[in-house]
Amino acid sequence: MSTHPAQPGTIFSPDLAARFDRLVTLYPVKRSALVPMLLYAQDEIGYVSDAVVAEAAARLGITELDVRNVVSYYSLLRTKPAGKYHVQVCTNISCMLRGGNEILEHCKKKLGIPNKGVTPDGVFSLEEVECIGACSWAPAAQVNYAFHENLTPESMDQVLADYRAKAQNGSQKGGGK
Amino acid sequence: MATLATHPDCVPLVSYRFGKGATNIDKYIELQGYESARKALELGPDAIIAEMKTSNLRGRGGAGFPTGLKWSFVPRQAPKPKYVLVNGDESEPGTCKDRLIFEYDPHAVIEGVIIAALAIQAKMGFIYLRGEYRYLIEIMEKAVADAYAKGFLGKKIFGSDFDLDVVVQTGAGAYEVGEESALMESLEGKRGIPRIRPPFPAVVGLYGGPTIINNAETIATVPHIFRIGAGEYAKLGTERNGGTRLFCLSGHLERPGVYELPMGYNLKKMIYEVGGGIPNGKKLKAVVPGGSSTPVLLPEEIDIGMDFDQVGKAGSMLGSGGVVVLDETACMVEFALRTMKFYQHESCGWCIPCREGTDWLKKSLTRLHAGGGADKDIDNIRYLAENMLGRTFCPLGDAAAMPTIAFVKKFRKEFEDHLEGRGCPYHRTAEPEPALV
Ligand SMILES: Cc1cc2nc3c(=O)[nH]c(=O)nc-3n(C[C@H](O)[C@H](O)[C@H](O)COP(=O)(O)O)c2cc1C
Ligand code: SF4
Ligand code: FES
Repeated sequence: MSTHPAQPGTIFSPDLAARFDRLVTLYPVKRSALVPMLLYAQDEIGYVSDAVVAEAAARLGITELDVRNVVSYYSLLRTKPAGKYHVQVCTNISCMLRGGNEILEHCKKKLGIPNKGVTPDGVFSLEEVECIGACSWAPAAQVNYAFHENLTPESMDQVLADYRAKAQNGSQKGGGK
Repeated sequence: MATLATHPDCVPLVSYRFGKGATNIDKYIELQGYESARKALELGPDAIIAEMKTSNLRGRGGAGFPTGLKWSFVPRQAPKPKYVLVNGDESEPGTCKDRLIFEYDPHAVIEGVIIAALAIQAKMGFIYLRGEYRYLIEIMEKAVADAYAKGFLGKKIFGSDFDLDVVVQTGAGAYEVGEESALMESLEGKRGIPRIRPPFPAVVGLYGGPTIINNAETIATVPHIFRIGAGEYAKLGTERNGGTRLFCLSGHLERPGVYELPMGYNLKKMIYEVGGGIPNGKKLKAVVPGGSSTPVLLPEEIDIGMDFDQVGKAGSMLGSGGVVVLDETACMVEFALRTMKFYQHESCGWCIPCREGTDWLKKSLTRLHAGGGADKDIDNIRYLAENMLGRTFCPLGDAAAMPTIAFVKKFRKEFEDHLEGRGCPYHRTAEPEPALV
């Protein structure tokens, strides 16, 4: 996803590499930087690739196995690419009571993919998630990190259409957010 | 939009600066910001802790432990550095309040950390936010940078001899990491597997040093206690339950939202007046009073004050402040199943009663809900849940078992109605799950 050329010795953009250089100095123990490092790396690369694992291990002086053990624990970290827009629909209790399951089903139909699927063009992926902290504004979803709340099937359509348009504009201009 | 909701009975104390532009540090200062930290600096550790005890503030993370008492457990002299750790993992279903604090008053969290650090003489604090709250990481990091720039953090804060560093940390998706010992593991760059206790974090915590861990709302409340005075704060609530609380009303309500109300506020009033009652003329069926792990209450059980003691007496818990309201159209078996699916998904797998128990309960509830259950399944569900209670390595097992027992006990008839191929009388379609083997 990065449009920056990588610096020698790192797979990350100069900004992110600099951020990581600083991150490891903040803690009494370097390894504390691991979880944030993996998440920020995923944000840039799209997923926790083998190269991300290798560089994180090297930066923190731990083994790749140590890193993989941590990756497998946290639900936001993924080892395969997701869509450009990762649609995460909450179906936990507060959302369920207000139509969260219906929103999820609607997304499956609209996008033509099952839970955890990716659209063939790579624009969308879909995931049923646990409570995202939007219970009082249920039903809710997150697309990447943006919250979308008080959803109805109609407003969800609009949300998806907006991202679809963004993806098209983005590819015409050759990338970007 | 995630904003604070209001009602004439609301008491804006923790939310006093919400919507007033207080993410800007100068605005925050204009609104009495960082005055409490300066006061605390003059008071010193003993007087700070005494004030905290007077305030009757109890932890807003779920267990309701008295905050002043917790702080007093930290040894004065310790061979290792001490830490303050703010728990912003906020993942208990039904709970969405810490999010508003980080968004609208990030400096209150920082100021709370300063006061806590002064109380135990810690030189470092961490503010841990769940990974999903990415936009809040940015807000918090900016607030921390601004506080450094003003000399409120870093070397010799406020021109004193006291040094304090604060780091904002992100998680990456895990409910269990909200459990305090798993939180420390995560912050140390590991899987969120809980630690055995004792020793308690106040003695051996983060990096082996004495650590106080508090919920984000607890910490953000601290500066307000020093702003209005501990006695005044205590008086806002009930006996042994000081102050106010951000209650998250959700589910079948006319006006769901996060409302700041005094501790001890009547639950029935909260539902019918503050939350506007049940929409479409439907009848109330059940209330989960404090997040998904708290036992469900029946309509005849809700004429109670919402403080830790009164809800405890009613057989449930005040928990995390998430009030989930169900009307007569809700299927309790489906609700119990969705709750269990969550705990099964979030179980860290470390201990057998929780790992296996949540899995079996989920399977049994799935079968029952789909109409494939047998008579004995209902008793088995209760038996299994009762045998998990108190036998798991950390409280997540209890959090899964307690609500389950209450669902079966209080809605047994509804479970029976699903039996013998009758399926869900509420005509819900459940996703087909693999059959029990
Ligand atoms: C499974 C589990 C999840 C928890 N999640 C959270 C959480 O997300 N936020 C929180 O503040 N406390 C959470 N807690 C409670 C913490 O362990 C701890 O008691 C709390 O952060 C202490 O802060 P307080 O005294 O201010 O309430 C959780 C506990 C358990 C057992
Ligand atoms: S109770 Fe559950 S979450 Fe806690 S240690 Fe055991 S398996 Fe892990
Ligand atoms: S239950 Fe869906 S956001 Fe909390």
